[in-house]
Amino acid sequence: MTTATKNKKSQKSSVILDYLRPNKGMPSVWCAGCGNGIVMTAIIRAVDNLGLSKDEVVMASGIGCSSRMPMYLDFSALHTTHGRSLAFATGVKFARPELKVIDITGDGDALAIGGNHFIHACRRNIDITAILINNNIYGMTGGQGSPTTPSGAFSTTTPYGNSEKHFDPCSLAKAAGASFVARTTVYHATQMDTIIQKAISHRGFSLVEVISNCHTYYGRLNRMGDAVAMLNDFKNRAVPLAKSKKMTEEEMVGKFAIGVLHQEEKTEFCDVYQSVVDKVKGGK
Amino acid sequence: MSDSGTGDQTKAEAGKKNKYDYTNGPPPLEINMKWCKACNICIALCPKEVFEPNRDGKPIIARPENCTQCTICWVHCPDLAITSNYK
Repeated sequence: MTTATKNKKSQKSSVILDYLRPNKGMPSVWCAGCGNGIVMTAIIRAVDNLGLSKDEVVMASGIGCSSRMPMYLDFSALHTTHGRSLAFATGVKFARPELKVIDITGDGDALAIGGNHFIHACRRNIDITAILINNNIYGMTGGQGSPTTPSGAFSTTTPYGNSEKHFDPCSLAKAAGASFVARTTVYHATQMDTIIQKAISHRGFSLVEVISNCHTYYGRLNRMGDAVAMLNDFKNRAVPLAKSKKMTEEEMVGKFAIGVLHQEEKTEFCDVYQSVVDKVKGGK
Repeated sequence: MSDSGTGDQTKAEAGKKNKYDYTNGPPPLEINMKWCKACNICIALCPKEVFEPNRDGKPIIARPENCTQCTICWVHCPDLAITSNYK
């Protein structure tokens, strides 16, 4: 029993309710069964397991369904312009390096409108935890195709199937210089909170891509069924990283690896900048 | 491979050997019907079929004795409607 309680500290889910803002309109605005709520509880459990106080955590978000999340959570919050949440988060981290900055972003927010800010945050390797909730579509504005809509998939702007190639956010972040890259799904919710814990503890830019469900638009237009059917679809398509390395490319078609895909120790931006400041001040 | 009869028996025995005893106390889960949006996730994902939908599609605890406190229902609840009081 002691080992079980060690592994699962947040056994009492009433702890989760302590992290919600009072009188901020729960139930949430999200559709019934939306994965954003599952990600929200996973973040709360991760923060609770790490023992961080509410004042130590800053949440930044842009525009989109997922970006409504900081309004419900009782952390310092920053609801910013579309795609620019990482730029604001960089400013917060730069001014107050002792705070833990979590950036909530969607696939369109991070990769289309804010693609520029995303790659440059990766390049700087600043200590921000970016949680990218990938539902393959623009959910809030009516189901337009996003940069992660797979080739051939239907959306309201691609009624005959998407003819473009889609982005892989994890490969993009790794190539741009992020030092922690992980992928998980909303079905693997307990794995998600351990990954988010690792990402928050990691010093450097950490990207957690969470594959989420938008059954209202993506599921309906692509005949994937309701929230439960999409969650079971993630269960069938997700392959643990160790197993995916043994599989051939043909076997991996339509599937994706989950787990911590990339982790390395790199110099962090705030540390480098502080050393520059010390050097200049010492020279005077 | 054993035949189906013994398989059912072992399953039933395993059900009886549930280490949590709910005879003296209430079931360990509470459902906030005001926050629940009837998304059906908890009903579908529960491995022990503890929940049944009511006429609105929201879950009611139909078989509390089956609950093994696996945390799947409230971990996957998108609306924070299920709370647990596990010891």
